[in-house]
Amino acid sequence: MPTEIKMPQLGESVHEGTLGKWLKRPGDAVAKYEPLVEVMTDKVNIEMPSPSAGVLKQILVEEGQTVSTGTAIALIEEPAGSAAKAATAPAAGQPAAAQGTQAPAPRAPGAAARPDSTDGQRGGSAAQVPVRARESAPRLSPLVRRLAEEQRISSEDLEAIEGTGTGGRVTKEDVLRYLEHRRAAPAGAAASAAPPVAGTVTTPAEKPAQAPGDQVQPLSALRRTIAERMARSKREIPHAYGVIEVDVTNLVRHREAHKAAWRAREGVNVSITAFVVRAATRALREFPALNATFTPEGILVRQAIHFGIGVAIPDGLIVVVIKDADRKSVVGLARELEALAGRARQRTLTLDDVSGGTFTLTNPGVFGSVFSMPIINYPQAAILATDAIVRRPAVLGEGIAIREIMHLGLAFDHRVFDGAVAMRFLTHIKQQLEGFAAAGDSPEF
Amino acid sequence: MADKRFLDAIHDALHEELARDDRTVVLGEDVGRKGGVFGVTEGLYEKFGEDRVLDTPLAESMIVGVSIGMAVNGLIPVPEIQFADFIHPAFDQILSEAARLRYRSNNDFGCPIAIRVPYGGGVHGALYHSQSVEAFYAHIPGLKVVVPYTPADAKGLLKAAIRDPDPVLYFEHKKMYRLVRGDVPDGDHVVPIGPAVVRRSGRDLSIFAYGLMVHESLGAAEALSREGIEAEVVDVRTLRPLDTRTLLDSVARTSRALIVHEDNRFGGFGAEIAATIAEEGFRHLDAPPTRLGGPEIPAVPFSAPFEDWFMLNAEKIAAAARRLVAY
Repeated sequence: MPTEIKMPQLGESVHEGTLGKWLKRPGDAVAKYEPLVEVMTDKVNIEMPSPSAGVLKQILVEEGQTVSTGTAIALIEEPAGSAAKAATAPAAGQPAAAQGTQAPAPRAPGAAARPDSTDGQRGGSAAQVPVRARESAPRLSPLVRRLAEEQRISSEDLEAIEGTGTGGRVTKEDVLRYLEHRRAAPAGAAASAAPPVAGTVTTPAEKPAQAPGDQVQPLSALRRTIAERMARSKREIPHAYGVIEVDVTNLVRHREAHKAAWRAREGVNVSITAFVVRAATRALREFPALNATFTPEGILVRQAIHFGIGVAIPDGLIVVVIKDADRKSVVGLARELEALAGRARQRTLTLDDVSGGTFTLTNPGVFGSVFSMPIINYPQAAILATDAIVRRPAVLGEGIAIREIMHLGLAFDHRVFDGAVAMRFLTHIKQQLEGFAAAGDSPEF
Repeated sequence: MADKRFLDAIHDALHEELARDDRTVVLGEDVGRKGGVFGVTEGLYEKFGEDRVLDTPLAESMIVGVSIGMAVNGLIPVPEIQFADFIHPAFDQILSEAARLRYRSNNDFGCPIAIRVPYGGGVHGALYHSQSVEAFYAHIPGLKVVVPYTPADAKGLLKAAIRDPDPVLYFEHKKMYRLVRGDVPDGDHVVPIGPAVVRRSGRDLSIFAYGLMVHESLGAAEALSREGIEAEVVDVRTLRPLDTRTLLDSVARTSRALIVHEDNRFGGFGAEIAATIAEEGFRHLDAPPTRLGGPEIPAVPFSAPFEDWFMLNAEKIAAAARRLVAY
């Protein structure tokens, strides 16, 4: 009886996945936890490990198809005498398991079968652990509940842990494995937790009537997530705005003079964005309230600065995160930004690349915007926007000169701080950028 | 250090205690001139004489009753009940007199007797020579109950029992007399009554056993290890007072408890261990504390295949362990 392999739930509000490349073909042997197929979510591609060992019997969903969580995507034929039933049987009633005549533990498939059947012949049940139709094992043992409490595993996450015990029970080992995984990618859980609980786009009360020629384009997973996030951000965070002008002439000229040399020496394009991020991280150190999140219990001020930068990709927008950005130089930031943007465009981002952000920069200026009012990247406290650098006449001293002027904007959560703090933050960045003094031909400042 | 059989260790303890303290007296059926039906007391009668090694009539209530009388008169009696199956006529003496003497006399009188009780099946002893009775006695406040496994413990715990100022029941599994060998330290080796000991460390489950079942559990652990299941085997050794600390520490390490004893499962001593673990070690448990014991049969069968079926062994223990680990 082959076992169904189902589309797993890849994140708290992720309800579907698109299959990428099948890494095994029908007839191939598959070891437990060996990568079976690529699954693409709205953000990243992951390799799905096979929950069972055996031979891949049939592929039910082809590459490129999108299916909802829980859909059977393949069939695996498990070796005879293995504990397939233990892993996949529903929770209700395990009398067969209690009999001891069925091969038990997933750990010892082959070896267990013989002594058990011998005992059965001897009528050994009376001498063994009593044979009673055991009710479904309670899903969470005292130890599992305690671990969940001590390690702060939310009840939702706990529910989502796949149980390898009898009847799908979550065992101690399952929890420990989950914790190890969580340690490896801690921000992943936080990122998945961010989207709205309902997991649906707030639809209008009535659907707009369709006229001939109108077309409904189904939402891609990415589009859906963006929609959810944006709606939630606007719904929950009272946005307020501040904008200042920054005269970046010195910076621009310095860069124009040296960017080719920098490229040759460092192997990377040092963009204006890298300079802005450098200045912004310094400002975030001065104004920690901007590196925070509003919670009913209080303002959660983050210690680390994980700087997110919006990158446009073909069907949408994704925020890549530079971890500990305040510890990086301009060149370091430029390098990491280039790598991340490249991965974003090639769809090879990892979960770590897109999660854990504490502050975000968006750059609509690259598309020509001179003034923008961005939406905060929920659940952060603020988002910085750099608009286009415009060459125009400006007052300089007592005269007029042609200067490079950039609007620098901030959308912020008015619950966390007020306009005065917002403007002082922006002014701090402005002063750094305007006071840019070229140190030889170095990009650092 | 010398490699000794289980019964040699018991013999040596008796010999040494008889030599050490003139007040010590060994008494029981066939212990003197015959040297014991298993040979445990061989040579003691010749060495210490009929005043120190007494052949008693065939009357267990009298054996224990006389011992109690000896004890309150300053002697240190070490009575033997030839087979645990025969101890029942002495139950009243043990429970109603020996166990409560100190309490009843407000500490004026103790009862320093150590009752040696060969027990257990698997030797074709049939219905009246194979019983386990430890559960009845572990239940009684005022008594101590020990069940050694290693020869070193056999010697050390018997010495401790003989020197104990209060009544001790010392259960020696007759199948282990010649089956179990081990190193016994030289000199006056005494093992304190009370502490349990981890015989084998493991991480996947704890097996709590005593007597012959420790031997079988270690065998099961070997088999399980080859399958990737590491069982911790704890030799309980003293049933009363129970070393709950060692038991709970073990469960804290492994989160699963399997209690094994040869005695009938229902109402056996394993229930006390299981209940203690459930009550006091609840937060450590990833599976219910589980008992493996003898079946619901009033006596160990005579027919060999039936006796095999009754007795627990390494294979059955391993099977139970696998089920527990798969929970």
